[in-house]
Amino acid sequence: MYSQGLIGAHHEVEETPEFLAAFQRRIDAEEKIEPNDPMPEAYRKTLIRQIGQHAHSEIVGMLPEGNWITRAPSLRRKAALLAKVQDEGGHGLYLYAAAETLGVSREEMTEQLHDGRAKFSSIFNYPTLSWADIGAIGWLVDGAAIMNQIPLCRCSYGPYARAMIRVCKEESFHQRQGYEIMMTLARGTPEQKAMAQDALDRLWQPALMMFGPHDSDSAHGEQSMKWKIKRFTNDELRQRFVDATVPQAEYLGLTIPDSDLKWNEERGHYDFGPIDWNEFWRVVKGGGPMTRDRVRDRRKAWEDGAWVREAALAHAAKRRARAAAAAKTAAE
Amino acid sequence: MSAETPLWEVFIRPRNGLSHRHVGSVHAADEVLAIQAARDVYTRRGEGLSIWVVPSAAITASDPDAKGEMFEPAESKIYRHPTFYDIPDEVGHM
Repeated sequence: MYSQGLIGAHHEVEETPEFLAAFQRRIDAEEKIEPNDPMPEAYRKTLIRQIGQHAHSEIVGMLPEGNWITRAPSLRRKAALLAKVQDEGGHGLYLYAAAETLGVSREEMTEQLHDGRAKFSSIFNYPTLSWADIGAIGWLVDGAAIMNQIPLCRCSYGPYARAMIRVCKEESFHQRQGYEIMMTLARGTPEQKAMAQDALDRLWQPALMMFGPHDSDSAHGEQSMKWKIKRFTNDELRQRFVDATVPQAEYLGLTIPDSDLKWNEERGHYDFGPIDWNEFWRVVKGGGPMTRDRVRDRRKAWEDGAWVREAALAHAAKRRARAAAAAKTAAE
Repeated sequence: MSAETPLWEVFIRPRNGLSHRHVGSVHAADEVLAIQAARDVYTRRGEGLSIWVVPSAAITASDPDAKGEMFEPAESKIYRHPTFYDIPDEVGHM
């Protein structure tokens, strides 16, 4: 999202109180921070971590959905799913490019994902067991992602905000195609409706967990709000998601698996039951049902593709050498 | 770790009549692959009719730390703007 050829002039700044105060004033004035601007090291590190994790989530997210491309029930569904998975790949690339403007290389980020130092969204640690999961992912997971991403379009870091604007423009199709799959199943045979309900039962809690831990347990939350990297807290976004999704489930005639779920007139929001945070932390720490498979598959794709990258570079070098030799002959 | 694949800046003309505009970057071994990658990454929904790719390393940029002195000469010359000149209303739009 930014001409990265201009980067490399990354100089250390001395983080005096005056410097930090001046930086905060720029943020408070809603000025965008661009790659070569002086910034506190913690701001840079937070963004590298967050954008990298976001990019990895897009790329890893291609796996559970890619799992169903060959088994999509019709050509229409297959074409749509293929396009969606391709979009996720594109989103990963916009985001990697945004992270690279902060002075981290694509190769470095890839290694961090493969050796477990970098995380990806907890939701992709779960399996996609039936076709209905593809519907539920589009509806709930992309729905939650949109909730998270719309405020990121106003993030203080320019390249991240610009990447998110592109992502958000494309994401709406993902949610709609998912909801349409759910609608078709919910109006289908009793077995099909049961499939849709089963997918909702399994993915509801993991979808709520996508917003991250409670605000009180969020390690980076407060500082990220202050720097306007985040605009809303995890709990605020989670509440918005619940409020938006409950009527959609009602329309489908499906039941959200939460006996505590009810409209709270006083708050003007839905109340919902507790989230299993033990499971969340287990998944985040690498103990999700599909964590090992996801990392293994990413590593395999990277290693299997190594010869292609090497061959392309060797071919480019050979063409350059030939062109140089031809130019030399012409000059003589 | 294998060699890093070079970086390219991507410029797209959304339609005739508009300039090519910077939209982002891609990694690719050479210009042929860079154009293909740029098409797949940045024009999945008819965003353009023409793509330029430029090696990122080929761009020369002004120094952001020197932007004060670099752009000051333009800021201090208010007589370069039409509103600097007083023309009576009865002359009409000019």
